[in-house]
Amino acid sequence: MDILFLLIPLSVALVLLILGGLWWAIHHGQFEGVEQEGERILRND
Amino acid sequence: MNSSNTQAALYNDTVVRQFSIMAVVWGVVGMLVGVVIAAQLAWPELNLGIPWLSYGRLRPLHTNAVIFAFGGCALFATSYYVVQRTCQVRLFAGPLAAFTFWGWQLVILAAAISLPLGYTTGKEYAELEWPIDILITLVWVSYAIVFFGTVGIRKVRHIYVANWFYGAFIIAVAILHLVNSAEVPAGFMKSYSAYAGVQDAMVQWWYGHNAVGFFLTAGFLGMMYYFIPKQAGRPVYSYRLSIVHFWALIFTYMWAGPHHLHYTALPDWTQSVGMVFSLILLAPSWGGMINGIMTLSGAWHKLRDDPVLRFLIVSLSFYGMSTFEGPMMSIKTVNALSHYTDWTVGHVHSGALGWVGLISMGSLYYLIPRLFGKKTMYSVKAIEVHFWTATIGIVLYIAAMWIAGVMQGLMWRAINADGTLTYTFVEGVKATFPFYVIRVTGGLLYLGGMIVMLWNTWMTAISGRSVDTPVPAVVAHA
Repeated sequence: MDILFLLIPLSVALVLLILGGLWWAIHHGQFEGVEQEGERILRND
Repeated sequence: MNSSNTQAALYNDTVVRQFSIMAVVWGVVGMLVGVVIAAQLAWPELNLGIPWLSYGRLRPLHTNAVIFAFGGCALFATSYYVVQRTCQVRLFAGPLAAFTFWGWQLVILAAAISLPLGYTTGKEYAELEWPIDILITLVWVSYAIVFFGTVGIRKVRHIYVANWFYGAFIIAVAILHLVNSAEVPAGFMKSYSAYAGVQDAMVQWWYGHNAVGFFLTAGFLGMMYYFIPKQAGRPVYSYRLSIVHFWALIFTYMWAGPHHLHYTALPDWTQSVGMVFSLILLAPSWGGMINGIMTLSGAWHKLRDDPVLRFLIVSLSFYGMSTFEGPMMSIKTVNALSHYTDWTVGHVHSGALGWVGLISMGSLYYLIPRLFGKKTMYSVKAIEVHFWTATIGIVLYIAAMWIAGVMQGLMWRAINADGTLTYTFVEGVKATFPFYVIRVTGGLLYLGGMIVMLWNTWMTAISGRSVDTPVPAVVAHA
């Protein structure tokens, strides 16, 4: 199962990428006052 | 902000229109091929003795046409529409967006020619040969630049949840395609996979199941989070839950693939890892499904007279069904019965016809009239007809395959007291015949609905005119 030497590091890299995305979202105000964001798309087109 | 400047800016709806129409056209083509091969399974003579029409060549044509041509065009159309509306900005890099349209159509055309001619890598859902793989890569990188570029120049600070799903779908599909399609060319239209034996099988199903997760789930969840609230005129039930849904789904998805390789040469522990991750996936899937359906909480009456909303909500009930069925089938003891039987085919189609198909059709029914300056489709009655033919078609299809699959599994494992097999394989095939005929009937109904949709789209397009909506002056700064 040599392929795991490719797939597992790839998964780890992806998890780090996803964690990076989550970190960015938290620190750039993406989760502030979220419930109003659901309504915004109904207001303008 | 210069107001005359913002008033002059229009959304790029041309590319959305092109992809929307082609989604409907490829839907008819892909489903027609599906009906043909379903009929060939019941009546094998229908290949007419012509190699190009044999099951082995048409089956990959069917899967590629419905997944990448129909589903792909629907994803391009809706993602370009949604990202512009929710970011309140015109699409980034217009010419590149046009390239994604023409490039993707060229990929589809190349598939439609090369697969019947017998060119294939032999990798399921990734059959296209290396020159086409390179074109796919170019189109996909352009897609990523257009999509993320648009998010980058957005006028609204918050990135709406649908864009997160579309974004994850674009990135994941790029990685899956690059890793799985790694191959050594051996002449024009011939290549060998970079992996061999069980390694290749593992990569194949790592790709195959993540394609289900990111192409057929994450992308279409992007549609769900925009078009259900818009059509219902209500915000999504819980925006917080939608955020949890997104992060939970993408963190846990990657390792469900080994459940396709239960009881094979794949190490036992890897199979168990695949099973455990598949079971975990039930939680985020149902969280999202409940969130979508509960958007109608307090407005259930809208389902009574809005067939578009019915498409969208019923798609979610099929999503819930197939994301429950999937984890159950990944349990090794259940899989021992279900694997290699038509139950698997039924499961796939409950997801594909029920979830992917209906959510796309519902979203397109929302989109198409607006792209042609109209309030509704040419005929709302025809949407109603489409809804019922499609739904009855799905039920016939999946019920027939459930019964056929369980029956096959039981017949294959039945042994006599002396240890010999009770049934020969061909007895199982013979017993399946009536269910294959029922499946053809279901498929015909589903295809019939799609043809009604094509007619309705045509009538809407010629009775309206192409309009590009102006980008509204920015008011919102959250």
